Amino acid sequence: MSMTIRADSQANELLQTVEALSGQRLAACYQCGTCAATCPFVAAMDLPPDRLIQQLRFGLPGVLERRAFWVCVGCDSCAERCPRAIAVPRVMEALRLIAIRERGDRLAVAQLPAATLRDLPPIALVASLRRNTG
Amino acid sequence: MQLAYYPGCTIKASARQHEQAALAILRALGVELREMAEWNCCGVVHTLTSANLIRHMAPVRVLARLRQQGAHEVVTLCDMCFNTLARANLLARQQPEQFAAISASTDSELRYDGDASVLHLLQVLRDRVGLAALRARVRRPLRELRVYPYYGCKLLRPSTVGIDDPETPTLLRDLLEALGATVIEGHLQSRCCGAYQAVDQPGLVAERVTATAAQARAGGAEAIVLSCPLCHFNFDTLQPRNGAPLPVFYYTQMIGLAFGLEPEELGLEARQIDQLPPLRQRDRAQAKGGAA
Repeated sequence: MSMTIRADSQANELLQTVEALSGQRLAACYQCGTCAATCPFVAAMDLPPDRLIQQLRFGLPGVLERRAFWVCVGCDSCAERCPRAIAVPRVMEALRLIAIRERGDRLAVAQLPAATLRDLPPIALVASLRRNTG
Repeated sequence: MQLAYYPGCTIKASARQHEQAALAILRALGVELREMAEWNCCGVVHTLTSANLIRHMAPVRVLARLRQQGAHEVVTLCDMCFNTLARANLLARQQPEQFAAISASTDSELRYDGDASVLHLLQVLRDRVGLAALRARVRRPLRELRVYPYYGCKLLRPSTVGIDDPETPTLLRDLLEALGATVIEGHLQSRCCGAYQAVDQPGLVAERVTATAAQARAGGAEAIVLSCPLCHFNFDTLQPRNGAPLPVFYYTQMIGLAFGLEPEELGLEARQIDQLPPLRQRDRAQAKGGAA
């Protein structure tokens, strides 16, 4: 099996959109893995943040099908420690927004039973809605 | 001291006990919170992309209303509200053109130029009231009570708005020690609990909450003390039910107990005090002493 990897960001439309939406320049990442080592939820991600960035830069297929950016809640632990000052949660939010624009909102809230909805604090519901709708 | 107060939705719904305790301890300290008029939901999470500017409307409206009502600073108890309002405030100062676009969309009804300050109640207690004054007001020190302070994310990060060191915070420790409690610490104190994933992926939250409670328990803690109503919900509902979960308290309730206020003034039920053996024994000893 062969795969074409392009390091030419001009042709990498997804990377350009992510950079424009997030305000982050992913070429700055030197793949140290500090974000992955810091993330409290990395075990639940199907690709750690540093590798997600790398696949995005190379224009590899399947980035938008990943679960990793739906796991990130934006706790900013990685952003505080990134030696290249990349706000990884902004990259994750950009990927969520692009996925939502392509495939529509994700409304987990709509599937919940009424009793659960009543118990959840408003901040949980509003935050979930904001992170899962465009 | 009088301060404008922004409660936010959750403080009026699932975290009423936090507000009740806060108002009770502030009365004891001579601080008056004046709830601002016409407040709305802050939006809960700061929008992280350059699109969706409209989502900054909610916090901007709160800050614009605050200025219209003649206040320059506003206090909040909720960590999510604090973080969202403070970050919107920062954006108003650093990228005024974005705010001009929002303002224009309201026919300039909501004008705001970033000249208000957003404060968390913990900042007021540390920087205005002072921990020495807090210590001086203690009537029933929390001696022998071992507590694990949990910071979570929104008090600390991003550091541009955080109220303590994001890596090694000390504020809750200093406060609880001023009340006479013994503080148990560990590296999970400032690791995210999973926040709103309680809605979408509660398993993620349960895993974090279980690990953090286990660390607290291993250090000998009898209770978790925190500030954020969402962390409170997660620790209160998602600790494993096999074995006794560690009880969860707001710092305002701990201050109130140390001040000698009655549990019902702090939104606490008797069964919650029963979960704290040193306080239970102290109360029994005092009841006996009073009867003798």
